[in-house]
Amino acid sequence: MLLEENDMYFDALQELSNIGLGNAATALADLLNKKVEIAVPEACFVDLEGIMAKFDDLGELAACINLEVQGDVRGTIVFVFTQKSILKLIDMLMGQEIGTTMELDFMGESAAMEIGNILSGSFMNAIGSMTGLLLNASVPMFAFDMVGAAFSSSVLASGHYDEKILSIDTMFYQAQEQIMGHFFLLPEVGCLDKLFESLGLLAC
Amino acid sequence: MQALKRQNIESSRRSNGQEIHVGISDCKVARQPSHLVTVALGSCVGIALYEPVMKVGGLLHIMLPNSKQFPGTVKPAKFADTGIPFMLLEMRRAGARLSHLQVKIAGGAQMFSGRNNNFQLNIGERNIQAVRAVLKQLGLNLLAEDVGGNRGRTMGLDTSTGQVMIRTLGSSVRLI
Repeated sequence: MLLEENDMYFDALQELSNIGLGNAATALADLLNKKVEIAVPEACFVDLEGIMAKFDDLGELAACINLEVQGDVRGTIVFVFTQKSILKLIDMLMGQEIGTTMELDFMGESAAMEIGNILSGSFMNAIGSMTGLLLNASVPMFAFDMVGAAFSSSVLASGHYDEKILSIDTMFYQAQEQIMGHFFLLPEVGCLDKLFESLGLLAC
Repeated sequence: MQALKRQNIESSRRSNGQEIHVGISDCKVARQPSHLVTVALGSCVGIALYEPVMKVGGLLHIMLPNSKQFPGTVKPAKFADTGIPFMLLEMRRAGARLSHLQVKIAGGAQMFSGRNNNFQLNIGERNIQAVRAVLKQLGLNLLAEDVGGNRGRTMGLDTSTGQVMIRTLGSSVRLI
């Protein structure tokens, strides 16, 4: 099946992602024991080159968390947080004042991976309970380096480079703090049909 | 596509010492004075060709080793096996003498840590091997390289001197 922007399937995929990310924000709020709001301003369906063109500065330092989706639907989830955002998230997670963590050490890296686990786990639970499909995430892979290098390497290493990527720019809000995150879903070709079938959008 | 590349070359000739950006799966060729730059090479590999007499330089940013697995592909600069011959053609068109080429490569890093065994940690290494093999096949000698490791790189080629500049975050610029 060929997916193009603005068609019914793209809308369904975007809606699924919104619900998944909403659930992820709730999980984050539980973890931080604070209210977390989420805005999902922009979603698009593009190839790797298109995403690389979207980053303002490919050389900017960022944290990249990669999780493989296993089960009835296969693919890859990638979270990207700018350096500023990941340091804020770590401070929130540790219950510290924002600005305490200045650089990403071993502890910070574990915290970042845990954030990736929680966000993707709750994302997949939401999609799973909506569709009745079974979804699992692998253990996370992590890099903290130039965003362009980390993101492209992560897509190439996951083996999903020949497919279109659902890209969503997300903003999490906690009190006065804003955390800008990029969320990417790379569904394996063919797996999308299963997803749409389960939603009754595709005749079996 | 060919027309687009021609246009890129034309515009870079006019740019007079300006920086010319080379994207992912992209190739640009320019005469002096100009600076060809590709930002954020991770497991991808950057290949710089330089012809010192005519002072023509080319920079290619490949993503994958082999186009054979992707029969429907339209982008030669995406793969090592199609990208390097493509750049040679563009170099010749820009007036470079192919017998005088200096070849330098950078990239092919392994940036991720973690324990997912399905994650292909060796994709950078495979890219490096493929680039070396294609260069050898075409009879091109590798003059210098900065490959492997676990850091992302930005690579620049000065078409006045042929010098290649490698930048990684948190360390000083390296010239090769």
